[in-house]
Amino acid sequence: MSKIATDLGRDAIIAHREAASGQISVSVRDLVIRYGAQTVLDRMSLDIGRGEFLVLLGPSGCGKSTLLNAIAGLLDITDGEIWISGKNVTWDEPKDRGIGMVFQSYALYPRMSVEDNMGFGLKISGLPKAEVKARVAKAAQVLQIEALLKRKPAELSGGQRQRVAIGRALVRNVDVFLFDEPLSNLDAKLRAELRVEIKRLHQDLGNTMIYVTHDQIEAMTLADRIAIMKGGIIQQLAPPHEVYNKPCNLFVAGFIGSPGMNFLKGRLAIAGDTVAFDIGDLRIPLHAYERSGGPLVDGAEAVLGVRPEHISLGDAASGDDGGRRFRTPGRVEMVEPTGADTMLWSKLGAQSVTIRVSADVAYHLGDTITLALDLNRASLFDAKSGERL
Amino acid sequence: MTMATAHERRPRGPKPRRLTAGRIGIYAFVAVSCLFFLMPLYVMVVTSFKTLDEIRMSQIFALPSHFSVEPWVTAWSSACTGASCDGLKVGFTNSVLITAPSVVLSILAGALLGYSLSLWRTKGSNVLFGLLLAGAFLPYQIFIYPLVRIYAYVSLYGTLFNIITVHVIFGLPVMTLLFRNYFSSVPIELFKAARVDGAGFWRIFTSIMLPLSTPMIIVAVILQVTGVWNDFLLGTVFAGQANWPMTVQLNNIVNTTEGTRAYNVDMAATILTAAVPLLVYFVSGRWFVRGIAAGAVKG
Amino acid sequence: MARRQKRSWGATLTIVPFWVLVLGAYVGTMVWTVLISLTSSKMLPNTQFVGLAQYTRLFATERWNIAVHNIAIFGVLMMILCLVIGFLLAAMVDSKIRAEDTVRTIILYPQAISFIVTGLVWQWMMNPTVGIEKAMHDFGWMGFSFDWLVTPDKAIYALVLAGVWQGSGLIMALMLAGLRGIDQEIWKAARVDGIPTWRVYVSIALPMMRPTIVTAVVLMSLSVIKAYDLVVALTSGGPGLSTDVPAKFIMDFFFNRSNIGLATAACTVMLIFVLVVFTPWFYFEYFREKNGSR
Ligand SMILES: Nc1ncnc2c1ncn2[C@@H]1O[C@H](COP(=O)(O)OP(=O)(O)O)[C@@H](O)[C@H]1O
Ligand SMILES: [Mg+2]
Repeated sequence: MSKIATDLGRDAIIAHREAASGQISVSVRDLVIRYGAQTVLDRMSLDIGRGEFLVLLGPSGCGKSTLLNAIAGLLDITDGEIWISGKNVTWDEPKDRGIGMVFQSYALYPRMSVEDNMGFGLKISGLPKAEVKARVAKAAQVLQIEALLKRKPAELSGGQRQRVAIGRALVRNVDVFLFDEPLSNLDAKLRAELRVEIKRLHQDLGNTMIYVTHDQIEAMTLADRIAIMKGGIIQQLAPPHEVYNKPCNLFVAGFIGSPGMNFLKGRLAIAGDTVAFDIGDLRIPLHAYERSGGPLVDGAEAVLGVRPEHISLGDAASGDDGGRRFRTPGRVEMVEPTGADTMLWSKLGAQSVTIRVSADVAYHLGDTITLALDLNRASLFDAKSGERL
Repeated sequence: MTMATAHERRPRGPKPRRLTAGRIGIYAFVAVSCLFFLMPLYVMVVTSFKTLDEIRMSQIFALPSHFSVEPWVTAWSSACTGASCDGLKVGFTNSVLITAPSVVLSILAGALLGYSLSLWRTKGSNVLFGLLLAGAFLPYQIFIYPLVRIYAYVSLYGTLFNIITVHVIFGLPVMTLLFRNYFSSVPIELFKAARVDGAGFWRIFTSIMLPLSTPMIIVAVILQVTGVWNDFLLGTVFAGQANWPMTVQLNNIVNTTEGTRAYNVDMAATILTAAVPLLVYFVSGRWFVRGIAAGAVKG
Repeated sequence: MARRQKRSWGATLTIVPFWVLVLGAYVGTMVWTVLISLTSSKMLPNTQFVGLAQYTRLFATERWNIAVHNIAIFGVLMMILCLVIGFLLAAMVDSKIRAEDTVRTIILYPQAISFIVTGLVWQWMMNPTVGIEKAMHDFGWMGFSFDWLVTPDKAIYALVLAGVWQGSGLIMALMLAGLRGIDQEIWKAARVDGIPTWRVYVSIALPMMRPTIVTAVVLMSLSVIKAYDLVVALTSGGPGLSTDVPAKFIMDFFFNRSNIGLATAACTVMLIFVLVVFTPWFYFEYFREKNGSR
């Protein structure tokens, strides 16, 4: 009895919270998905705000599509609940969830014209012909595919096909859009073009969008918040700049950014109030570093992460900045021009580091340089747990 | 009650497997189809164990009141096929004698020709392949009579040699198609590497391509064993009475019996004739499906 | 784009016997058959040229016309029924049923056995005095009548029934492969759009399977034209001529009635029919795409 009572009580509280705020659009609660013995998602919980653009980012096979399909109702979940717009839809059919979905392979019906593809669901639901036509025309206008309406999918380019697929979701006037790697099959130029298009669409419509990708540029440019997943677990859920600047663990730090963050292995040295990081004979004072919790233990193994663009080249004698930058001499060991920037490889202690510098200045092998590490924007991790300190 | 309502308010976990009308319909259809396809097998088996009296008294779906193996013995060793009364065992031996060499030879020929056509491209190989395939599509009747005259001319008509070579000839198109397509899908670099290593036509065939083609050989064996064993038309025309395969003997036992028909013996004989291909089918499982899909052109 | 290799003696020496075989056993015999059909041959082939006289006689032969009429009915019914049943079976197997493998095994086993076996079993079951009709009477359904096999008007349906029993499994297998080849995301998209499953099959899957259906139709029509064993075992062409078919007509005129001229004329008609109907398909299927891709 008491369990039921508390359950009902919790329900009431949740319902109240949602009615009051009206802020949560999609809510995933204690979601468990198993395929046979393999647990793909284990008690995952996630709230997505109304109108939010959430990107699910992670390596292939980490369960992104599984999560998206569970929200869409395309697979049977093992345990947990899915709520959409304040309604428990755990057992609802996909069509009744108020969602539209766009797939990587476009999934257009090959023998139907663009027009029929977009209007098919509406036609099935019994909407009058005129209304279907009007909605399709409107969506086509928004997506600038009016000229293509009579064509078959085979007569369209990849980008046009994906526009049609988006249009198919658009005509249904849904609250939530689900995208499963929609741009992965396109070439780089089209990808950039459609990325902008999707962003514009989100700004115009204000729908909730959940977007799966393994492309970090897409994630950084589109997202309000990024959920970085690994092995079915959300590692960090935060706005793009935070994910980039304050990664919560080594995995996130290494996954985001290209070329990747420099990881310097060393030990913590704590004396009274002063914290420093020892790499061999080098001692780097860390008073400019913003701690984010985690106990610091003297002598503990740690990893200092510094992005290539947060190492600048200056001269050893340049002005004081309150110890924000740590300076040390080095030598250019490799030069890698990439067009806009040049990547330099050097050594810090015995460990190699990459430095992103402007392509304007020419560097040569063997040049002596001064590395200036911006400790304010560095990240410190526990070597064992990988957690940010 | 409260439990149920609480649950209904908060669905969680997997969807309950509700038996919808659609699901019931599907399973009804499954049941009816299975019954339809199994019925003849069932009728064959129960009939073959009944006595003739019981067949007259009861009906075809009834189980035999006591199992009689008599019909099986008769069918195997003493049923009459028109002229002689030696049962099906003669046909069985003939079928084995026809099938074994036909299968081996036609697979070898098909593999060799498929290999030549896919990897060597001699002049006119597309024409040759086209002619062969056309041969696979045309009814045998178009070739039969001149072939009879040719074999008769060299005094080989109606011999074991005759029926075996005819099976090899008519099996060649499908076998070639199978192996040609298979060898075409082998990475060409393998072939080029072997050429660079100095291997020639035969060496590449025996050392590289044949060992690679085990899956195709299995499919081909299944296809040819069932195909040759089940053949009736070529057997009637070319095998000669002494070498008639089991299918021809079976049809004679059943369709030319004078006087009262022994349905139980007929059905035992029918099962005996179907036994070898059925065994191949049940043992090979998925391979068989691949085989019929690949060999479907033979029709 | 054809690959060109240096000439190899091994390849040339291998291919020559096959050329001889194909030119002799296929092309030669075919030409020979056509030539005989232009002569007055009766029991033995002769060389007396009579032009198209055998064809005139053939088309005036009542039995030939009946056989052609029969095969047309048989063919159309076979194709429609096998396609419909094969598709339904494939959709059924595809809809996540339990024991899918067992069901598939059951549907496909007739494919493994000889037409002779099929013919004899169904002959036994459709026998009105001892078969299914009697069983139904014994169960108390006295009005039940199942006399196709002995009724001239209906005997052709008996042939169709046995043919469908044996042949629909293959069509099911082809259709199932076609269904499984459809992009899974299309099914998901349709579900999100709220399209009922049957509607997805009919409006989306079926049109996508057009190549599969074409293949199925071609295969079936070829086996219909060749239909011989089943007829011999099930009805021997009877009662009367009600289930006679061209293939049986030809065999009878070759080997029982010793009218070689007429039989070869019938062969030639068959040959022309097959060539006219299937050459376009044949060309597309085996040569066109390959030239493009290799
Ligand atoms: N139908 C299935 N059966 C078994 N395992 C599956 C199935 N679908 C996905 N998986 C497994 O679930 C994991 C996550 O898959 P998915 O969500 O597709 O990853 P991604 O993040 O690349 O989209 C993978 O390890 C995959 O092997
Ligand atoms: Mg995925």
